[in-house]
Parts: sequence; C-alpha cells; structure tokens
Amino acid sequence: MSSNRLMDDFDAGKPAALARVVSIVENHREGFEQILGDLHPRTGRARRIGLTGPPGAGKSTITALLVKRFREAGLRVGVIAVDPTSPFTGGALLGDRVRMESVALDPGVFIRSMATRGSLGGLAAATREVADVLDAFGFDRLLIETVGVGQSELDVARTADTTALILVPESGDSIQTLKAGVMEVADIFVVNKADRPGADRLRNDVELMLGLRKGVSFGSVPAHHGIDLKRMNPARAAREAAAAPNPAEWTPPVLSTIATKDEGITDFVAALDRHFAYLEQSGKLGARRRERLRERVMDIVEQKIRVRLWKDTATMSRLELQLPSVEEGRATPFAVADQLLRQSGELVRGEEDK
Amino acid sequence: MRPIRVLVAKPGLDGHDRGAKVVAAALRDAGMEVIYTGLHQTPEMIATAAIQEDVDVIGLSILSGAHMTLIPRVQDLVHAQGRDDILITGGGIIPKEDVDTLERRGIGRLFGPGTPTTELIAYIKEWFATREKQEA
Repeated sequence: MSSNRLMDDFDAGKPAALARVVSIVENHREGFEQILGDLHPRTGRARRIGLTGPPGAGKSTITALLVKRFREAGLRVGVIAVDPTSPFTGGALLGDRVRMESVALDPGVFIRSMATRGSLGGLAAATREVADVLDAFGFDRLLIETVGVGQSELDVARTADTTALILVPESGDSIQTLKAGVMEVADIFVVNKADRPGADRLRNDVELMLGLRKGVSFGSVPAHHGIDLKRMNPARAAREAAAAPNPAEWTPPVLSTIATKDEGITDFVAALDRHFAYLEQSGKLGARRRERLRERVMDIVEQKIRVRLWKDTATMSRLELQLPSVEEGRATPFAVADQLLRQSGELVRGEEDK
Repeated sequence: MRPIRVLVAKPGLDGHDRGAKVVAAALRDAGMEVIYTGLHQTPEMIATAAIQEDVDVIGLSILSGAHMTLIPRVQDLVHAQGRDDILITGGGIIPKEDVDTLERRGIGRLFGPGTPTTELIAYIKEWFATREKQEA
C-alpha cells in the first residue's frame, strides 16, 4: 500500500489503515517520522487516561468497563494495552483483550496490544507515539493500560493526563503505601476487589498516606483519651479534601470498586471527569502537556544521537581502537567518550546524512 | 527485525483451549508476539482483533467440527477489510478432504493432533521470511 493511499484511508477513518500506521510507528519503519510529523497538529484532543497497578489487580476488566461507560456517553475510545516482552526470547503473550471481549466488536472502539520490547518503565518505548496516532485518528478518550507493575514503573505518569492506580486488598500493608514510586504519581486511587477482606484497611492506609503528605499529622494531639481525634486524623483530612474539590489543589480520591460486579465504576468515571476539570481550571493540563512535549523532544534527540553514533562504523572502530588503553589504565572511559563526541560533531548534527 | 505478530484464537462453541494455549506459549517462546483472545470467539471478533492488532498470522484452533463454516468466514471478513496478506493457519480435528478444500481457498497449512509445535513455528517463520522478501 502506498503511503498516500494509506494516509487517505487513515483520514477516512478506516481501522485497517489506523492499525497499519500504528505498526509503522511502533516498529519505527521507514516514513514514521513523516507520519508522526503530519499527525502532530491533530493531536491534543483526546483525554489520556493511564491505568496502572500490580498484576491481576483488574486493570483490563476495569478498562473494559470504562470503555463501556464512555461509549454510552457517545465518546470514541482507543485502548493501548501493554504486556511484557520476554527478555530471553523476545516473545510476548498479549492477553488483555480476553477481558475486553464485551466491547471488542464496537466500531467506536479500537484496542491495540503492545509488547514492552525491552522497555522497563511499564509501557513500551513507542506507547506515547502510538497514543499520538490514536489521538490524531479522532478518539475522545485514550485508555493506556500498563503491564502489571511493582513500585517504580512510572512511564504512565509521563504519558497520561490522569493516572489511576488500581490496587487490591492483597497489595500490602501501610508501609507499602508510604514507599516512594508509583504511590506518588497516582491522581486517583482505586481499591478493586473491595468485597475482599482488608479492602477497608487498605483504603484507610492510602488515605492516611495522602493526609500525611498534605502535612496533617497526629503531632498536635495532646492525649488520646476522651478527645475528639477526628479533626486531627490525616486519613479523614485526605478524605474530606478529596470530597471538596479545590480548584487550586488536587487531593487524590481513594475509590472502591468491584469490577467483576460492575460496582463503583460510575464513581470512577466521575472522578476522572473531576480530575480533568481540575487540570483544565488550574492550568496544570497545559503544564503537563508541555512537559510531555519537552520530554518527547529530548527523547528524540537522544534516540537520534544513539542511532547516528553507534550505527557509524568509523565511530565504532575509533572506540575499539581506544579500548586497550582504557584497559591498561592509560585512558579513562570519560576521556574516550569526550574524544568520540568531539570527533563526531558532524555526525551528531546529521550533516553526514546528506 | 521486528517480531512476528500472531493472533491465536479459538472460534466456535467447544470449550477446549488447552491446545490453543500450548500453541500460544510455544509461539511466544519462539520470539513472536502472540495476541490471545480466549474461548468462544465469533469470526467477527477474530477478524476485528486481527485488523486492529495488525497481525501477520491468524492461528485458529477448532475442535468442534465447524471448520468449514468458521475458517472461510474469518478469511472473508479480513479480506473485506483489504487484508488479504494475512496468513490464516491453524489446527484441530479436520479431515483431509476439508484441509484440501480449505487450502484451495487460500488457507494456509492446517495441523492435526500430535504435530510438534516446532513444525508450526518453522512453517510460520518460513512464510514470514518469504513475505518480507517479496515486500522488500
């Protein structure tokens, strides 16, 4: 298929053309830069919602329910579901569609599975680019589901406007909620499988953490008998702050859902809307998106330098030549790196391409 | 080289997905990206998934005896979306004369019970290499 024909079909809204464009971008095949460049002015319409959480928390099931609600509201939805690539074989089993069967045939829904292909941040390296493609195609909502994460996979927060962290009662005790990482980037917390033992405790632990983060603590409480502690309780403070939206500051709400029974999803959708309204009113949306673009340009620069330098045989042989002296301690890795960069100035500028 | 993308699907009403799961795991271990969609898929669901995921290969597992209806239907649906370059292959309990009829329709090889997964892997890799050469 010629690229003009492909883009015509893309503009005509044909899913096969969209799927092919996604592949070209995902694989960085020839012409992908041109395509992304052409599509760029059309991006920025879709709200990007990231869903992350540990394996088996119910991310895919909740994604399907969100899709259904958005469709009922007449919105078109794109889904990117990421699963891990094996570091040993390069293969992947992408199984998130199994949970999304109920929305699979809806022509207003497009689901794409992506393998991480070595990326360790919870998403694939090309997920952001694929999100741009779906955005330009005209979806109103993009749901981006990460791999099952541990604590430090934070790419989703750099990709989405709103990040929701899906937890389950088995996710751990209050110490886990205090740790750095994924707990810090969530805009909305969802305790799924809320009918299981420990759900209320987890919810309280998360709220306690959020309250402490806001600077509310038990510190000023004089004694613990016969005194109304409610006002001093950080969990309660967080709960109240989340319930009374403040246009200048966002306190993440902690929601309960039972995805298998479709319970609590309406509240989740409402919280997503509230968060987006907050982003718009506070000016944070513009700030987040600008930050995203900044990182995007920096990423591209790094990618290009990497390709230009390490695919250049002259640079590689200069490096090889220097290795013995580094081995013997006559040169340092830093000195060799500086020297390579100096010698490759033209290459980095891309002047040897032409 | 990019990984080969394969949709492994289980159309029809029978509930035996062990074979499909074994194949999915074997293809994954052979370095392919396998999209697995679960039991009881209609041809429409399979075709939609194949188009959206832009797969190179569709692998169908059919043990119900409905292969003469289901396989051509999947093929017609993906062709209708302009994707006649996808290899449709699969396995199950399929009589020889049906295999021949389906192959005449442009369906790829269909593997019977007891086929080593290595045979399927070799077949897919060879088909993919040939197609890539034609495209280049």
